[in-house]
Amino acid sequence: MDLQTLTYVVVGLTFTLYIGIAFWARAATTGEFYAAGRGIHPVANGMATAADWMSAASFISMAGLIAFKGYGASVFLMGWTGGYVLLALLLAPYLRKFGKFTVPEFIGDRYYSRTARIVAVICLILASVTYVIGQMKGIGVAFSRFLEIDYNTGLYIGMGIVFIYAVMGGMKGITYTQIAQYCVLIFAYTVPAVFISLNLTGNPIPQLGIGSSMADGSGTFMLDRLDQVVTDLGFKQYTTQVMGSKLNMFVYTLSLMIGTAGLPHVIIRFFTVPKVKDARASAGWALVFISILYTTAPAVGSMARLNLMNTIQIGEVGTPSGNVAYSERPEWFKKWETTGLLRHNDKNGDGRIQYYNDKNEEMAAKAEAWGWKGNELENIPFGKTEKDAKSGPDPDIMVLANPEIANLPNWVIALVVAGGLAAALSTAAGLLLAIASSISHDLLKGVFAPNISEKSELMAGRLAMIGAIGIAGYFGLHPPDFAAGTVAIAFGLAASSIFPALMMGIFYKKMNRAGAIWGMIAGISVTMLYVFQHKGIMFIPGTSFMGGMPANWFFTISPNAFGAVGAVVNFAVAIIVSKVTAPPPDHIQHLVEDIRVPKGAGVATEH
Amino acid sequence: MNKTAEQYWKANIRLVSILLVIWFVCSFLFGIILVEPLNTIKIGGVGLGFWFAQNGSIYTFLVLIYVYTKRMNALDVEFDVQED
Repeated sequence: MDLQTLTYVVVGLTFTLYIGIAFWARAATTGEFYAAGRGIHPVANGMATAADWMSAASFISMAGLIAFKGYGASVFLMGWTGGYVLLALLLAPYLRKFGKFTVPEFIGDRYYSRTARIVAVICLILASVTYVIGQMKGIGVAFSRFLEIDYNTGLYIGMGIVFIYAVMGGMKGITYTQIAQYCVLIFAYTVPAVFISLNLTGNPIPQLGIGSSMADGSGTFMLDRLDQVVTDLGFKQYTTQVMGSKLNMFVYTLSLMIGTAGLPHVIIRFFTVPKVKDARASAGWALVFISILYTTAPAVGSMARLNLMNTIQIGEVGTPSGNVAYSERPEWFKKWETTGLLRHNDKNGDGRIQYYNDKNEEMAAKAEAWGWKGNELENIPFGKTEKDAKSGPDPDIMVLANPEIANLPNWVIALVVAGGLAAALSTAAGLLLAIASSISHDLLKGVFAPNISEKSELMAGRLAMIGAIGIAGYFGLHPPDFAAGTVAIAFGLAASSIFPALMMGIFYKKMNRAGAIWGMIAGISVTMLYVFQHKGIMFIPGTSFMGGMPANWFFTISPNAFGAVGAVVNFAVAIIVSKVTAPPPDHIQHLVEDIRVPKGAGVATEH
Repeated sequence: MNKTAEQYWKANIRLVSILLVIWFVCSFLFGIILVEPLNTIKIGGVGLGFWFAQNGSIYTFLVLIYVYTKRMNALDVEFDVQED
């Protein structure tokens, strides 16, 4: 069977599985729709949370980022896992004890204020929508590249699949589907990694392979070899290159951690377990399942980079025969060339490929002497033209091309495609549920129509889901320019608004309504203002009044990393305002005391 | 809040504080601030700072949540605030 047919078969089978699960796990009550009836075992919930959490960015983009940013990409590894410690220790058990359905509901009750609930809904929707756009785009791109169908058609198919299981099954359907999706994506991620590690270092465990010596008998450690190979071509040393500055890395990591703990689609997962005890365990299980991918990623990234360098630079640097002839490029190279994500621009016309850092002056001078006329390995970003070509391959192809580089059988390649789609679909569904529940439960039932019947609310929840899919689909079809960078910004928004309000609600009994509201508004405003002033108001090009240049950054902190600063502003404003306004009423202080102890969690439930 | 509930909360805060200090040390301190000096120590072919930043911190996070879950469940029983 050829790759194309095989990919159709594997992707088709996984989709059938997801839809089958959706029929089996239909939601009949709002309790099932919002929180899967609180009947999910912590291990199963952990697995579903892991799938929910690991988006196309984790599955496809992260290893590619690691491959090209080396040590600097550690911010993603630490940031996207360390947040679970904050979740487990500071939020999950208490929110489960509180026993309601949504994050804004907690904020509204804790701060005895409808305004606080509405502000929380707005923050939630801002963060979730920016996040979901990236997923929809990922689905469209994956379909169009692998099944060679039109981007729009791919997007419609993706929307249709999510529609079926999310609208019908609600949280219950989503949870069981995500368990299946986790299995698909983790298998698809680790199988190629094991073979590549075995190939390069002789060690089948990628986590150990990264610290092993090369299998070629030279006795050189894999990372030392990689450092050598990249610095020989003028690139920064792999194991020490920082991203921006060390302060930027520090703040970036902190933003991603706090953002993880503040993202509503992750938090609502802890409403689905039976007990407070299970909420604690769930966070741990989620991190176990996430770690399998996250601890594999550094090996995938570094080995993919080494394989790539060795494919291009086949011999000694500077000798004419040291670079691979274009006519002898490998099969996977040819395949990715058709997408434009990898291409050869023969600047010196010697018929060979030179891939080096021509921005490094010392290297450029040496290269000139060898007759090289600039870096020849380029990519054209998706949807752009030749004049926007960037140097190097598109980082996103690294995970997808990995099985081909390692000469693995076609079914593994097909599986990786299914894994990427599973990652994007599971995250999109979780986000859509968070958006839909905040509209039907927080806005409709909580604010506009408190007397709505359960049946109508369930219907409203489904309609809100359909609406959310429609909006996400619209942005998928007309992707705004900023789509690529939005995931990191969504974290910043969640970090600067939701996390501080939740944490103070639990740990600071005296935090009051005014403090929480002004804190959230100040935090999210500072973050958005900083992003806008460097990336354009509402991301419209040309409206950035401070320019995107690092020179104008506040203490070298990049806009994507600014959420942690926003969170600090949120905490500070909230505390100052709460000091000068009336303390919260007694019954609220009792509520806080009550959520601090697990006892009686079964009693407080649906209202 | 009665006395036991207060003591339970204090014990909880103490536990969480200790764990969060370790959380900070294994990621921000070892993985970012002290990465260069730690990289002079090698385990296999990986510098210790680099290892903490890309693998070690994640393993530590897992242990932290495990310890927290164990200790909190024990505290629930000790202070008789566990769920029915």
